[in-house]
Amino acid sequence: MSATFPGTPGVPPRATERGTLRGARPFPAAAAASLHDGQLRRNLGHATATIRAKRAAVVAELPDWQHLRDAGAAIKADVMARLPQLLAELERNVTARGGVVHWARDADEANRIVVDLVQDVGRRTGTPVDQVVKVKSMATQEIGLNEALADAGIQAVETDLAELIVQLGNDTPSHILVPAIHRNRAEIREIFLREMPDVDPGLTDEPRVLAMAARAHLRRTFLAARVAISGANVGVAATGTLGVVESEGNGRMCLTLPDTLITVMGIEKVVPTWRDLEVFLQLLPRSATGERMNPYTTFWTGVTPGDGPQDVHLVLLDNGRTAALADEVGRAALHCIRCSACLNVCPVYERAGGHAYGSVYPGPIGAVLTPQLAGMRGHKDPVDSLPFASSLCGACYDACPVKIDIPSLLVHLRARHVEQERARRRTPTPEAAAMAAAAWVMGSGPRFAAAERGLAVGRLLARDGRISTPLPFPLSRWTAARDLPAPPPETFRAWWRRTRGGDR
Amino acid sequence: MSARDEILARIRTALGPAPAAGPVPRRYSVRGAHEPGDPALLDLLADRLQDYRATVRRCSPSALGATVPAALAAHGARRVVVPAGVDAGWLTFWDGEELRDGPDGTLPVATLDAVDGVVTGCAVAIAETGTLALDGSPACGRRAVTLVPDLHVVVVRADQVVASVPEGLARLDPQRPITLVSGPSATSDIELDRVEGVHGPRRLEVVLVAAGPAAG
Repeated sequence: MSATFPGTPGVPPRATERGTLRGARPFPAAAAASLHDGQLRRNLGHATATIRAKRAAVVAELPDWQHLRDAGAAIKADVMARLPQLLAELERNVTARGGVVHWARDADEANRIVVDLVQDVGRRTGTPVDQVVKVKSMATQEIGLNEALADAGIQAVETDLAELIVQLGNDTPSHILVPAIHRNRAEIREIFLREMPDVDPGLTDEPRVLAMAARAHLRRTFLAARVAISGANVGVAATGTLGVVESEGNGRMCLTLPDTLITVMGIEKVVPTWRDLEVFLQLLPRSATGERMNPYTTFWTGVTPGDGPQDVHLVLLDNGRTAALADEVGRAALHCIRCSACLNVCPVYERAGGHAYGSVYPGPIGAVLTPQLAGMRGHKDPVDSLPFASSLCGACYDACPVKIDIPSLLVHLRARHVEQERARRRTPTPEAAAMAAAAWVMGSGPRFAAAERGLAVGRLLARDGRISTPLPFPLSRWTAARDLPAPPPETFRAWWRRTRGGDR
Repeated sequence: MSARDEILARIRTALGPAPAAGPVPRRYSVRGAHEPGDPALLDLLADRLQDYRATVRRCSPSALGATVPAALAAHGARRVVVPAGVDAGWLTFWDGEELRDGPDGTLPVATLDAVDGVVTGCAVAIAETGTLALDGSPACGRRAVTLVPDLHVVVVRADQVVASVPEGLARLDPQRPITLVSGPSATSDIELDRVEGVHGPRRLEVVLVAAGPAAG
């Protein structure tokens, strides 16, 4: 077991370092690079505008959308409150139907379990398994499963089109739903021509043609696969049923054809009853791809003799989720159903792109989920920069199908960062010093009035009502990235005295 | 401590004493505006399916034996797979080859990959979302049968068509393997633009069966 976060006794451990939660650079540094990439910004602008319009149209079709959101939020809150019993119930029902349930405290343990299971198939059958097929899964991305399998000599073949583009391009995902959203059709064509050995050299960049190339590339792999690895969108406690929501049929291929199926699911993905799916199967497709329903959804309950995999495993993953659960406010981030609607409406995501967040979970939800799973270590930790990667405009909250109040969570995590910094440092940060000075000034009428009079100096620096010239340190920390409005010619107090204020 | 016990203990610690959440408000609509099988629902289902680029044919029960073969012929199919529970009457006028899957023997995947199409029934259809549910029953067949062939012809009876997602799920037994199909396989992965036809069947033909229009 890894160490608990220093200074917080009783809080469960954060995610282990294996995996893809902690980026290499703080958000502002990473975003600066992507902001200068014109191609990336065009790709993202085009894709997010397309999906925003589609989502708005299909959401407007449902007069009971707000009621569905209320129900979705309440089901998730209920799940968190009853998590131990629901997980035990899920385990009991999966086991009763011939499935095997495993529990993983962290990424390393989950990876070990999966690698062992794959190798065990080889031992049992006398033929080692050197390749597995995968359905796109955030949980397995988060724990770095593909790398762990590669270390054991097992190739993980991503079968979702966008994941395949990322894998063939030796790239990392930049979106929860469409990991290759940062690539346009011409770039995808280039990757396919370079990386698919038997591709037609006359390949065009028409999306239909590119999709056909992916079909041809993976067809034989699917038909010969012995082991599949999936995530799960949902696990139903009362029945032991697991579900995967997808579009292409690669999910069905993986969930149906191989004899062994290993599913890695975060513990927060359980729901109490089958009936609860009537809420999520309306919220998720419309929020995610802007469709009334996604093309394919598969539900399976343990083993069905003669139909689909006969060797079925479920790995229940903690990896920092219980640490998130320990925060009464922050735990709402665990309600996320991974639809990506918050990414698609976020002005910061649209411009900075997913890679800038450094985590497998980018965008607004990533900015609140990642710090809670991975922990904020303070100061220069890239994870600490994520709650600040937002303008707090609130578009994410409006779009969230389960009503996660992301802006409030961002503010909550910013406060936690500030408190941790204060506890850790002997001298206050420049920001803390500025805030303390502001508190001193604003705490007294005469001091505030004096400060207001001083502001008039600022007008000397302004052009067209804005101060764009960099101010001297430490104010340069603020003006390096922002303009300031020029101070008004007259303060409120002066105006009050001059007009009605003096009459009373 | 086992991983299981440790995770459950962590959750209990994290939640603290007596965590509780309020009841789930279910003010959303559970029933649609029309009863199952209502002609308006059949029109809506057809519209939704066509929006997904599926082909919809409508016929009376007596015309089914000619309509299903016509759907197959439209794609040049010659060899088709049929689950054991499919009514032989659906293929009365079919002159191509018919391979039965089950109940005693199942076809190998290579055979499924080599046929031109598959004909099945469905368990329930949801009009508002254009969704067909397959549940592994004898007329739906096992999952591989409706996955590997490139053409899927689904026969939907009027009484199987419900309005809403809640009504549809209520008719399904989660103990069975369930596949919800809403159009042919598709992807939005390239520039978030939807294109039909990736790994699953690239063509979906739906035959909607209803008695002729009521007199009056």
